[in-house]
Amino acid sequence: MGVEIKVNNLTKSFGKQLIWGDVSLTIPAGEICVMLGPSGTGKSVFLKTLIGLLKPDQGSIIIEGTDIASCSEKELYEIRKLFGVLFQDGAMFGSMNLYDNVAFPLREHTKKSESEVRAIVMEKMDLVGLLGAEDKLPGEISGGMRKRAGLARALVLDPEIVLFDEPDSGLDPVRTAFLNQLIIDLNAQIDATFLIVTHDVNTARTVPDNIGLLYHRHLAMFGPREMLLSSEEPVVRQFLNAQRVGPIGMSEEKDADELAAEEGQELPPLPPIPLQQEPSSGVPRRSQRAPGAWCRDNGVTPPPGSFDENMSMTIGS
Amino acid sequence: MASTATRVLAPVGAAGKLFAFGLDVGRALFRRPFQLREFLQQAWFIASVTIIPTALVAIPFGAVIALQVGGLIKQFGAQSFTGSASVLAVVQQAGPIATALLIAGAGGSAIAADLGARKIREELDAMMVLGIDPIQRLVVPRVLACMLVAFFLNGMVTVVGVAGGYVFNVVLQDGTPGAYLASFTALAQLPDLWVGLLKALVFGFIAAIVASYKGMNAGGGPKGVGDAVNESVVITFLMLFVVNFVMSTIYLQVIPPKTG
Repeated sequence: MGVEIKVNNLTKSFGKQLIWGDVSLTIPAGEICVMLGPSGTGKSVFLKTLIGLLKPDQGSIIIEGTDIASCSEKELYEIRKLFGVLFQDGAMFGSMNLYDNVAFPLREHTKKSESEVRAIVMEKMDLVGLLGAEDKLPGEISGGMRKRAGLARALVLDPEIVLFDEPDSGLDPVRTAFLNQLIIDLNAQIDATFLIVTHDVNTARTVPDNIGLLYHRHLAMFGPREMLLSSEEPVVRQFLNAQRVGPIGMSEEKDADELAAEEGQELPPLPPIPLQQEPSSGVPRRSQRAPGAWCRDNGVTPPPGSFDENMSMTIGS
Repeated sequence: MASTATRVLAPVGAAGKLFAFGLDVGRALFRRPFQLREFLQQAWFIASVTIIPTALVAIPFGAVIALQVGGLIKQFGAQSFTGSASVLAVVQQAGPIATALLIAGAGGSAIAADLGARKIREELDAMMVLGIDPIQRLVVPRVLACMLVAFFLNGMVTVVGVAGGYVFNVVLQDGTPGAYLASFTALAQLPDLWVGLLKALVFGFIAAIVASYKGMNAGGGPKGVGDAVNESVVITFLMLFVVNFVMSTIYLQVIPPKTG
């Protein structure tokens, strides 16, 4: 079972520039969350702060009773053993082949014999579909394979929390779909808490249980998937539906006159909410909710055509 | 005003960070488990990139000193002390300095480039996230390897330098082999050898610390790595000459020179 992450009033700035301030959210144990945001809103910084690679200026991050933001170096290294992190480019150690890369955490942290290590490594390699590529060096394989290898390494210590830094950046749609399916299946299998940082809207619409949106130096909204997908809040609906009309512009914010010109413009209707991607085994995940459950519980009428098995995944205007 | 103050104080901050990094490494030196494999690999690697250049530098170095000192001493009419003078110069100064320059130039730049590349590929972050301290895992073995190789290289430079001096003195300056060898112990003494070796150890330490620090703090993509390598070599050279001056001064004050 995963571990809950409680973030309180987190603020981070580099020099005088505020990255984001006053971010408070609770990432529920065992669920899949997606953190969205336009490019350059500090999503990766948020992820690095969660693992203690960057120190926040204010606020706390509580995991199993330890505050990552203020604990000692030693405690930090202890608590990091709960984490598995997939970095943007996999961050494989360039001097080792894939097998040694995946085996690295086991050899450093456990006293397992070489045959036990081999069994675990092969199991994880199989999980991410990389059997047969153990002897390759990270420089010799494609970006998608590096990502999957990074995932295998992140999983090898059986983490309680898995963080993904843009798992879909630089991957084609098919590979992205496979990777998303892999994430869902993994969550069903190991029940860890997942946090995915991305700006890919398709991933955000179909994969997670919860969605958060970072925008304009604060957390615009965080909550269940259906809550955000049915939200009328301008920033949220613009981003989640990849529209041009709304408060987000090409640069950080739109000019005032540009906003004024859009004043009377009718917002396009909310597209239907797609079904959540299911584990390939067909057995629902522990944290999975029935389609439309949140909307029913909160008296929200989902956009017409929602939760239709055969709906098209295409979004945007 | 504030910006001027920060700009003026920036170098102090940088120096402080480097020093703090050095302390971190010093603390990690004694933390188990010791990375023997990494240490041996690095020692072998640094030795392999430095041995030949060092030997090639040491021969002319010894020869130049022999020529210079030999000529000077001849003018004083003290040819019989040529051997002694060149031994002193090689053992105390030329050996450690030549070693340091090559350790910094060949070994240090390789370390900075390696760690810098790891930094920008997020490998160091990944390592920290896997619960492994890169200082203990990567920097400590490199520092120790640098010190070990510097220690041995220093010995090699000394031997090659003295041999080069001998050849030039005897062959080119018509010195007598007997006088050259016999005068070794006339002015030179055992502490000269110790201080030469101590210097080599300290220089190896400094070169590795600066290179690791610069490499681990590289930023801004591939260009950042290039900058880090460049800066690490320049900073190391500057520091080595200053430290050499300080150590030589203290040594000459503390250990009385041998008279005749």
